[in-house]
Amino acid sequence: MFYKKSFIFLLLITPLQFSWAEWSGSVSLEYRHFTEEPLYPNQHDGANSSIAFQPEYNHSWNNGRQLFSFIPYVREDENDEERSQADIRELSWLTASENWELRLGIRKVFWGVTESQHLVDIINQSDLAANIDGEDKFGQPMINLALIGDYGTLDLFVLPYFRERSFPGEEGRLRGLYPDVTRDAIYQSDDEEKHIDYAARWSKSIDVWDIGLSYFNGTSRDPIINPLMDGPPIFVPYYALIQQLGLDLQATVDSWLWKLEYINRDSDFESYNAATLGLEYTWFGNAESPSDLGLVLEYLYDDRGDSAATPFENDIFLGLRVALNDTQSTDALIGFIKDLDKDTTIYSIEASRRVGESWKLSLEARIYESNDATDANLYAIRDDDYVQMELSYYF
Amino acid sequence: MTKRIFILLLSTLIWNTALAQTPEEKGLAIAVEADKRDTGWKDSSSEMFMTLRNSQGQESKRRMRTKALEVIGDGDKSLTIFDQPRDVKGTAFLSFTHSKKPDDQWLYLPALKRVKRISSANKSGPFMGSEFAYEDISSQEVDKYTYKYLRDEKLEGKDCFVIERKPTYEYSGYTRMVSWVDKNMYQARKVEFYDRKNSLIKTLSMSKFKQYKGKFWRALQMDMMNHQTKKSTTLEWKDYKFQSGLKSRDFDKNALKRLR
Repeated sequence: MFYKKSFIFLLLITPLQFSWAEWSGSVSLEYRHFTEEPLYPNQHDGANSSIAFQPEYNHSWNNGRQLFSFIPYVREDENDEERSQADIRELSWLTASENWELRLGIRKVFWGVTESQHLVDIINQSDLAANIDGEDKFGQPMINLALIGDYGTLDLFVLPYFRERSFPGEEGRLRGLYPDVTRDAIYQSDDEEKHIDYAARWSKSIDVWDIGLSYFNGTSRDPIINPLMDGPPIFVPYYALIQQLGLDLQATVDSWLWKLEYINRDSDFESYNAATLGLEYTWFGNAESPSDLGLVLEYLYDDRGDSAATPFENDIFLGLRVALNDTQSTDALIGFIKDLDKDTTIYSIEASRRVGESWKLSLEARIYESNDATDANLYAIRDDDYVQMELSYYF
Repeated sequence: MTKRIFILLLSTLIWNTALAQTPEEKGLAIAVEADKRDTGWKDSSSEMFMTLRNSQGQESKRRMRTKALEVIGDGDKSLTIFDQPRDVKGTAFLSFTHSKKPDDQWLYLPALKRVKRISSANKSGPFMGSEFAYEDISSQEVDKYTYKYLRDEKLEGKDCFVIERKPTYEYSGYTRMVSWVDKNMYQARKVEFYDRKNSLIKTLSMSKFKQYKGKFWRALQMDMMNHQTKKSTTLEWKDYKFQSGLKSRDFDKNALKRLR
């Protein structure tokens, strides 16, 4: 009897067996240098250091059909207290069957195909304090059921809790128009951050095409920022209820990638369309000269024009991607986003190289050229050019 | 003397007429037979260890796991997940090879949780900075080449057919490959690769052959030498498993995202 009980108990805890081999992750030391004097009082000048720790635990069993993942994240920043934070990027369990997958917990989901901006991608909130490019995301609590068959994949989402966007703090650079964004957000929904959002996405690969059609109904991840009416210059994020229809499409033909992302967003305050149209061509390497060289061209459009919350309403992105395909996996993406109506351009360099077996050195530099106050978002960070070196250790 | 030559000529003539086989036909027949003998493995999985060596002999290690699914009537499906180096841990590569049209390939980037469809025109490009190109490690379908039987030759004491293959697919980095196919196993023991200028660029040597399920031969070690750069790569397989019941659902974009 005792043995039988122990056996059942052992069976139950087997999935949770602890093993060091299932831990991995990284520690990153980041050094940023701002080349110009700050535009606002209290903002730090010159150099800024930051350290981030992101361990990761994955346990997979039943031939990979079940998976438990845990990814905590901690950052400590020298100057900006909004950048110093602890978060759970992922804490989830999933189970996969022949015709469906159920994924529960805090997760990250990416939708889309383009490089310069991610219009369709809406599930996770951006951690703008960590990086202004919006590619750092907070973990999103969710119930996600995926139905899988010859018709493709139909993902259904229930999102029971909302995460607020982070912004650089008062001492931080790259904080743009808003010197101090309060954490006391205002919501259109009376349920505030407990409003339940819903989303669905159908996706399928047909021959050279990869298609995704998505729908979102809930609290917008992009706040409208309003000044507090009286008192100090404090800004309050307002999160409206929205509906969004999205389409992402890629055709992969020979060395060409043709891309389209399109959204239609509707709320009580505005209704608009936005799109990114892109193409990418790559010259691939071979045994004699292994490097790949790629050209990326994207057009960014938003029909709100100057009143758009984004600076990318009629812009082009031109980028050059180089992958040396060497032992150190050296690669770089150099490019710029230029406004076609105004005198504003963002130049960007991202490059990285492995050092030894477990280290990686990354370089990031951005230059904001803006002489036009009507492109307000960029005009407000025109003096925040920076060069960043990051050294990461992976275990 | 004259009589002997005559008999020899006569016998060759009879031999050729009897089989009515040109070198091209014989080459194709060998490839078809090799393919037939390697049919029915259904699915496989294994661990892969890669050692990259530069011209000074400095080494760099890679570790990955790979799964493959046999598709009758088309190219196979395969999934590769990287464990080492650690900065690319969790990166996974899904490939559907096709015999008549370009392959489909997707890459999963774990940091962004993003699945990217990538161009399969990267065939000649190096796989993970190694001396193996994507086309060297992808599934070798009969229809992807034209063949020509060259001669019989012993290689390390083993009887081999020497055949020449020319890729019929686009974007290959090679004009031709010369393979030494073991007459007993119908598996290549050595392949020489000729670049676009038709000069010898790489030599691949297979070793440590093991038979699985009483039928399917696999080389557990492959050594690729690049004669131009003097770099080399060794690929070793461990823990090969066959017919563990994998299905096409284990080779889709959803599976790609849940591999760890």
